[in-house]
Amino acid sequence: MSTSENETSRSRGKAPAGERIADWADGRLGIYSLAKANMRKIFPDHWSFMLGEVCMYSFIIIILTGVYLTLFFHPSMNEVEYHGSYVPLQGQLMSEAFSSTLHISFDVRGGLLIRQIHHWAALIFLAGMFVHMMRVFFTGAFRKPREINWLFGFLLFVLGMFTGFTGYSLPDDLLSGTGVRFMEGAILSVPIIGTYLSFFLFGGEFPGHDFVARFYSIHILLLPGIMLGLMVAHLILVFYHKHTQFAGPGKSEKNVVGMPLLPVYMAKAGGFFFLVFGVIAAIAAVAQINPIWAMGPYRPDQVSTGAQPDWYMGFAEGLIRFMPGWEINFWGHTLVLGVFIPLVLFPLVLAVIAVYPFIESWVTGDKREHHILDRPRNAPTRTAFGVAWVTIYMITLVGGGNDLWATHFHLSINAVTWFVRIFFFAGPVIAFILTKRICLGLQRRDHDKVLHGRETGIIKRLPHGEFIEVHEPLSQEQLHTLTAHHQYEPAEIGPTVDENGVERKVPASEKLRAKLSNAYYGEDSQIPKPTVEEYKEITSGHGHH
Amino acid sequence: MKKLSARRRHPLAAVVVLLLALAATGGLYAAFAPAGKAQADETSQSLTIKEGKKLYQVGCASCHGTGGQGSSDGPSLVGVGAAAVDFQVGTGRMPAATSQGAQVPRKKIIYTQAQIDQLAAYVASLGAGPSVPTKQQYGPEGADIAKGGELFRTNCAQCHNFTGKGGALTKGKYAPSLEGVAPKHIYEAMQTGPQNMPSFPDTTMSEKNKKDIIAYLNAVDGSKTENPGGLELGGLGPVSEGLFAWIFGLGALIAVAVWVAARTAKAKKS
Amino acid sequence: MSSQDIPEENLPAEQDHAHGAVGIADEENPFADPGLPPHEHRIQDVDERAARRSERMVALLFTVSMLATIAFIVAYLVIPNDKSIFVFPIGHLSAMNFTLGITLGVALFCIGAGAVHWARTLMSDVEVADDRHPIEASPEVRAKVHADFREGAKESALGRRKLIRNTMFGALALVPLSGVMLLGGLGPAPGTKLRHTMWTKGKRLVNMNTNEPLRPEDVAVGSLTFAMPDGLEEHDEEFQTEIAKAALMIVRLQPDNIKDKRELDWSHQGIVAFSKICTHVGCPISLYEQQTHHVLCPCHQSTFDLSDGARVIFGPAGHALPQLRIGVDSEGYLQALGDFEEPVGPAFWERG
Repeated sequence: MSTSENETSRSRGKAPAGERIADWADGRLGIYSLAKANMRKIFPDHWSFMLGEVCMYSFIIIILTGVYLTLFFHPSMNEVEYHGSYVPLQGQLMSEAFSSTLHISFDVRGGLLIRQIHHWAALIFLAGMFVHMMRVFFTGAFRKPREINWLFGFLLFVLGMFTGFTGYSLPDDLLSGTGVRFMEGAILSVPIIGTYLSFFLFGGEFPGHDFVARFYSIHILLLPGIMLGLMVAHLILVFYHKHTQFAGPGKSEKNVVGMPLLPVYMAKAGGFFFLVFGVIAAIAAVAQINPIWAMGPYRPDQVSTGAQPDWYMGFAEGLIRFMPGWEINFWGHTLVLGVFIPLVLFPLVLAVIAVYPFIESWVTGDKREHHILDRPRNAPTRTAFGVAWVTIYMITLVGGGNDLWATHFHLSINAVTWFVRIFFFAGPVIAFILTKRICLGLQRRDHDKVLHGRETGIIKRLPHGEFIEVHEPLSQEQLHTLTAHHQYEPAEIGPTVDENGVERKVPASEKLRAKLSNAYYGEDSQIPKPTVEEYKEITSGHGHH
Repeated sequence: MKKLSARRRHPLAAVVVLLLALAATGGLYAAFAPAGKAQADETSQSLTIKEGKKLYQVGCASCHGTGGQGSSDGPSLVGVGAAAVDFQVGTGRMPAATSQGAQVPRKKIIYTQAQIDQLAAYVASLGAGPSVPTKQQYGPEGADIAKGGELFRTNCAQCHNFTGKGGALTKGKYAPSLEGVAPKHIYEAMQTGPQNMPSFPDTTMSEKNKKDIIAYLNAVDGSKTENPGGLELGGLGPVSEGLFAWIFGLGALIAVAVWVAARTAKAKKS
Repeated sequence: MSSQDIPEENLPAEQDHAHGAVGIADEENPFADPGLPPHEHRIQDVDERAARRSERMVALLFTVSMLATIAFIVAYLVIPNDKSIFVFPIGHLSAMNFTLGITLGVALFCIGAGAVHWARTLMSDVEVADDRHPIEASPEVRAKVHADFREGAKESALGRRKLIRNTMFGALALVPLSGVMLLGGLGPAPGTKLRHTMWTKGKRLVNMNTNEPLRPEDVAVGSLTFAMPDGLEEHDEEFQTEIAKAALMIVRLQPDNIKDKRELDWSHQGIVAFSKICTHVGCPISLYEQQTHHVLCPCHQSTFDLSDGARVIFGPAGHALPQLRIGVDSEGYLQALGDFEEPVGPAFWERG
């Protein structure tokens, strides 16, 4: 009895400090049960699974540098005369916001670096989210149970765009001010309430004295707060669902194969944060971004050519640039379609990709969980749809920079605009057809590879003089990987008579679904994968041809 | 070459100094310019005009007419002044190719400065027009760079971009980049309004204004201009920045991700 | 919580039926999953010297990071903030920004590279399979939750006491309205503010370059001038708001070149004054081509023909640029003969 008491007291006294702290925390937070489930969580290894991490880390970098910037930035539109160290602006009238940004750039040690890291990280954050979203889309990772996480991710992308836009407008320089003016014009185009919205946002007429302060609280508090919450939820769901994986030997819908969080992923993911931060810091050291001193303070009667927003707003800029100037006047009112249609198209283009997962799951009627990723070729219709969407996005992005395309490729700006107008409609159609054909071609190649083996490039001459190329049969791992995907059958309209023999009316939605399902999985939309029988017939017969 | 041109230009410069004095006493400078020229050393001046006329007949007359009256291929040169000639020929825009595109581009200069001066003198003799500015007019002394910046953003940036990198106009025309353009030529362009560029005559944009603008351009777009943040990326704003972020930013990070996720080399089975 | 309890359709997708059980090489089924491939050793797993090389590499990276951080601190303390250096091929840049960025970048990158190299070469690289469990709860749990909810709902009597329910919903629906009302303080009602500018009859046109009133003889054919109303000063509290509406673009055309009759009537000896604010979304439009008399907007490429009433000839703008009627006063200065007849800038619902 005394020995055991001794033991407990000894072990208590001598337990490592870390262990004791962990015990203390567990007694209050229950961290052990959390750690039990998560400490050795398995993460599969693939570079494309790290795109989300790029986003998360650049977001953290943005928050860190952003907090630093708030220490020096004055979100005020009070007019001041500049007397800082940048000579070409001395004595100029400008807002305090602009002058404090100059102060950060020229007079705060390291201030310019932090500003540049903040802005570069923002561009990379948005670019990372775009690519991450496309990775999830093209591999079908958005399928059940991950639809909600897809929406969280989508919201993060959209909120990121607006956080970026409000932040970009804060320095009150000539370029960003032009962007804000554009926004005001777009808001004015909203029927009925447009002028009120604009007056409420700007505290009166444009530009007024309020928008920098208002954008400031939106940029540093409201939107990033929501984003932080969404990002945490996004991550929790990734942990909860466990990561998806590509098909391969030993990988199934019921397991996840990879390395444990502790220690491998802790080191890799933790290390990756420093890698991302290091790369962005180095970029900020060598490449200048948003040189507001070269643009000058905002004045509503001044402008520069090449007035574009940051890249993630570029597609909205493109929509507004190629739109014809339609305007309807009736009963003393004006419907500014030339601006309002692009304003409606802007969320619409984004929403199309956001709701896609729900459309696909409705068409397939598949309610099972999916953890094995699709290769894009094995879902030709989805892939073609995605490429068509990216094509629209890219074409409008070209439209957003039509003046630079014109000057750098010696084209007429009118010709570039007409190109965008035409290919906004034709581009996605062409892209859809082409992509689907390429996918089917790749499926056919996989089909042949499974049945006839890999082309070795070795040419053999047979005794009777015929030349053949030696095909090497695939290993079982390869055979399994190439045939692991599921192929849907096109849905058919159910019986048109009910159990009593009475003719039932087939709902339009059911007809539409059958039609879509046929387009997705009909004969022209997928190549049936080889069956065991086919394989055996070919391989057993030796009659290789 | 340089010495020669400097020597040849010297008397002309003296004339303009004289003109400035005249202007200061209250005379309208533009109105007096040709008269002033005529009063200068008559023999050397008329010789210059004669030489210029010869050059004109060979290189310019086919489009602009034998007497500078213009034709369907080129506008009249009566009254455009020496400044216009010095700009157009001095930047290589003239003589133009017979079939140019939307606008005549800047190209290799084919006349010496001496010949350009002769041509300018001849064209100036056809009708009164702005004369070639002097160094005092476009030099940096006494210029207000910040004021120049404000003027540049009001009058120039809409076509030539914040720091003079150029931009697109309608139907394939463009406002050229101002990088490396001589201050004299910038002054002349503002004064004469070449091609589709509007002019900014002294009556609406004073000499001092022009001087300020040139000083500003030299400060933000000169060969010694500092870009504190690093690579200027063409000075084109968010489009090139976005491209850079995608290619070098995200590109580098994906390359790093590939390394992080790749399998480590396995020991070879012996 | 065994998987049999869960409705078939909600289970994880079954792999193709042609596939046999995991891990069994199947004579019958060549496509069956052969299971995880056997683990292969890395060089570092079998060769201690290689492992030690890796260790040294990781340590080296961490050391470089430390040195870079020290360099960062030194650079921060000693480099003058306005020092400019030339770095090939970047050009002239701030010494401080470049040095701090590079040292910080190296310091961070090396920590990351060290950690990743450590993980890749020295930590175990044995792939492990972890089982997944269905997300959905078993039918028993589901039934229990539903029953609990029904019981709770019943105890609250929300369904039975309709009066409470309806008034509560009413109160909850109304209370956010106070918040909406408070937003009313964000701005004044538009009124007719967008319809009027500072221009009134008799106001002189002041050249924005020289701050002097303009005379007709100042404005040459082919020139471009910008003007603001007399009395507007850059120091004015409302300068930005006023100039956003009042900015003028002045050009002179040969009167016979003016195709639009009203434009000619409102001009003075061929001098026309148009609003500088684009009717599309309000960019200051002023890319004037003196030969074609077109102005282009640098933001969205709306193109207007100044010789034809500033009619839109290309791009997204919906209507012509408003023209200001001008004349000369008794002292020979250009003056406005009234405000713009229509609102300047972007179109809006009440514009009509």
